[in-house]
Amino acid sequence: MAKKSVWSDNRFWQRSAAWVTGFASILLIWLTFDTSVQIAMGTDADLQNGVTKRVPGPTVINYKITYEMSTARGHEVPVIGEKELFFGRDDYSEEEAGALLHLGKLGSQTKNCMNCHTLLGNGAYYAPDLTKAWLDPAWGPEGSMQAMTGKETKEEAMAEFLQHPSTYPTHARMMPNLGITAEEAKGLVAFLKHMSSIDTNGFPRNFGKIKGAVHGK
Amino acid sequence: MASNHLTGIGSESKQLATWYFTFAIILFGAQLLFGLVAAIQYVMPGFLFELLDFSVARMIHINALVVWMVFAMFGSVYWLLPDETGIETVGIKIGKLLYWVFVAAIVVVVLVYLIVQVGPADEMSIWFIHEGREYIEAPRWADWGIVVVALGFVANLFMTGIKGKQTGIVTVLMADMLAFAGLYLAGMFFTDNISVDQYWWWWVIHLWVEATWEVFVGALAAYALITIIGAKRQVVEMWLWIEVAMLFGSGILGMGHHYFWIGTPEYWWEIGALFSALEPLPLVAMFIHVLYDWGKETGLQMAEGAEGHAIAGHTITNKPAFTWIVLNAFGNFLGAGIWGFFHTLPQVNLYTHGTQFTSAHGHLAFFGAYATILIGMMYLAIQGTNGIKVLKHTKSSIAGIWMIAGGVMGMGIALTIAGYVQVLVSRAQMGATWAGYFDGQSGMWFSQAMDWRLIMGVVTFLGFAFLIKDFLSTGKNPVHER
Repeated sequence: MAKKSVWSDNRFWQRSAAWVTGFASILLIWLTFDTSVQIAMGTDADLQNGVTKRVPGPTVINYKITYEMSTARGHEVPVIGEKELFFGRDDYSEEEAGALLHLGKLGSQTKNCMNCHTLLGNGAYYAPDLTKAWLDPAWGPEGSMQAMTGKETKEEAMAEFLQHPSTYPTHARMMPNLGITAEEAKGLVAFLKHMSSIDTNGFPRNFGKIKGAVHGK
Repeated sequence: MASNHLTGIGSESKQLATWYFTFAIILFGAQLLFGLVAAIQYVMPGFLFELLDFSVARMIHINALVVWMVFAMFGSVYWLLPDETGIETVGIKIGKLLYWVFVAAIVVVVLVYLIVQVGPADEMSIWFIHEGREYIEAPRWADWGIVVVALGFVANLFMTGIKGKQTGIVTVLMADMLAFAGLYLAGMFFTDNISVDQYWWWWVIHLWVEATWEVFVGALAAYALITIIGAKRQVVEMWLWIEVAMLFGSGILGMGHHYFWIGTPEYWWEIGALFSALEPLPLVAMFIHVLYDWGKETGLQMAEGAEGHAIAGHTITNKPAFTWIVLNAFGNFLGAGIWGFFHTLPQVNLYTHGTQFTSAHGHLAFFGAYATILIGMMYLAIQGTNGIKVLKHTKSSIAGIWMIAGGVMGMGIALTIAGYVQVLVSRAQMGATWAGYFDGQSGMWFSQAMDWRLIMGVVTFLGFAFLIKDFLSTGKNPVHER
C-alpha cells in the first residue's frame, strides 16, 4: 500500500474536528461567564448611585428613561434620568418593582407576545417591535395612542390598550383580546418600561425619529 | 454491511423509523396548513380573528416544523443504524415505547395550543399551556417528557454504536446527538431578565440549527451518498470529518450574531461577524462534495462498468431521494449560506434584525438545509420497506419536488422583498416606532409581496399533496426495478 498523505487520513481530520470543536466550545463557555456577569440585573443601589448597568434593576420603573445619542459609542443608549411617577408612584421598593416585573415577564410569555411581536428584535413580524415601545412618542402626552385611550399618562394608556386591544384598532391588523387583567397589564407595562432601559447597543437605530423623540426630547 | 440497506424487512429499527417518518409527515402537513392560516392573515387580517389568531397559528406553524424535523431525524437514525453498525438497534423495545410517549405528548400539546391558547400570567400556564418562547413553546411538563424521550433515543444510539461496528458516520452521530439532546436543557428555565432569557434561548435555537443539526445533515448526506450512488466510505467519511470541523469551528462562535442587540456586550459584534461570515464555507464544501462524488461515481461507472456499484447499470439507485439530497446540498448553501450571510454583519443587521428578512432566511434555510434531506431519507425508507432495487421518479414525485421547491423559493423571494420595504420604510426612514412599523406594512410593495407569499404557500401545499400521493403509491408502482 502506497504511503498515505496526512491530508487524506481520516484520523487526522477526526482529531482536527475534535480540537476545533473543543476550542470553539471552550471559548464560548468562557465568553458566557463574562457576558453573564455583564447582563446580570442591577440593583436599586446601582440606580441610586448612578452605576450604569446593561440590564438595570426592576426599580428603574421609578425613573424617567430616555434614548440618547452617545458620541463616545456612536449610537443611542438608554439614559436613566430623574424620578418619574409610574401609576402614581415613584417609590416602588425593590420587592414591589421586582414582583411587577416578574408578573410582566410571566405575562409576556403566557400571552404569547413573541408570536406576533418582536422583543429585543426576536419573535414574529406580524406586529411592531416592543424593545423600546415604552419610549414610543405615540404613547407620550402628545401621542395618538394616548389620546385614543383617553388616559392621562403613558402607563395608564398602555395598560388600557392591553386590556381592550380590539377596542382601539391602529390598523386593519388588530391585536386580539388576550384576557389580560388590570394587574397583569400593570405588570406588562412595567416589563416594557424595564426592557426599554436595557442597553441594546443602539438597536433599534433612530427610534422615534418621526415625532422628534431622538435624543429623548 | 451494505447487505440490508435496501430492505427494512425484518429490522425492528427500520420499522420504528417508518413510524417516526409517518408522524413526521403528518406534522409537516400541519406545519403547512397553519402556515397558510398565518399567511392568509397577513392578506386578510380579519381571518379567524379572536378564534385562531396569528400568534396561535404561527406557534403551531413553527412548533410543528421543529417537531416534524426532530421526528424525521430520529427516524433517519433508526433507519441507518442497522446498516452502519451491522446489528439490530439495542433497546428497540424501549425505543418503540418512547415513540408512543412522544406522539401522545405532541398531540396533547397541540390540542392545548389550539383549545386553551393563552393562560393567566402565572407559572401554571408555563407548566401546562405553553412557555411563549419562540420555537420552544412546549410547556414545561412536555420539556421533561422530551428530555426523557431524547435520553432514551441517545441511549439506544450509544448502546448500538458501542456494541456494533462503529463507523465514522455513527461516531459523528453519537457525539452530535448527545450535544443535540443536552442543549435542550438550556431552554428549560424561567427568568425575569429577558437578556439572560434570550442569551440561553439561543443556546438551544442556534446551536441546534446552525451547529448540531447541520452536522447531522452532513452525516445523513454521507450515508446517502454511500447508499444511493455507492460512494467510497473512506472518502465520504474524510469529507464528513472536515465538514464537522468547519461547521463547529464556524457555527459555535457564530452564535455571536444573535448577541448583537439583546443587551449583551459589544464584543459579540466582532466575534459574531467573523465566525458567522465563515458559516457558509462548510455549506459550499458540502455542495461541492455531493457534486464531486456524483460526478466521480458516474465517471467510474462509465469507465469500469458496474463493478463496485450497488446495482449494475445504475449510478443512482433511488432517484427521488437523490434529487432531494442534491436539492439539500444546494438549498443549504443558498438558504442558510447566502440568505444567512445577507444580514449577518452587524452594520446590516442593525436594520434587518426583526424584519421579514429573517423570515425569508428562516423559510429558505429550514427547507433547504433540513426538509429536503429528511424527505430524501423518507424515500430511502420507502425503497427499503418495499424491497425495491432501483426506485425511479414518478409524475407525482417530480411534481412534488418542483412545486415544493418552487413554492418555498417563491415565498423566500416574496419575503425578502417585504423585508426590504420594512428595512427602508419602517427602520431607516421612520425609526422603528409603532407608526413607522405600520407605514412599512401598508406599502404597496409590502402588501403585494404578502399576496405572492400566500400564492407561493398554496403552491407549496399542492406540491406537498403530490408528495403524499407519491409516498402512498410509489412503493407498489411497477415502474421500479425490484
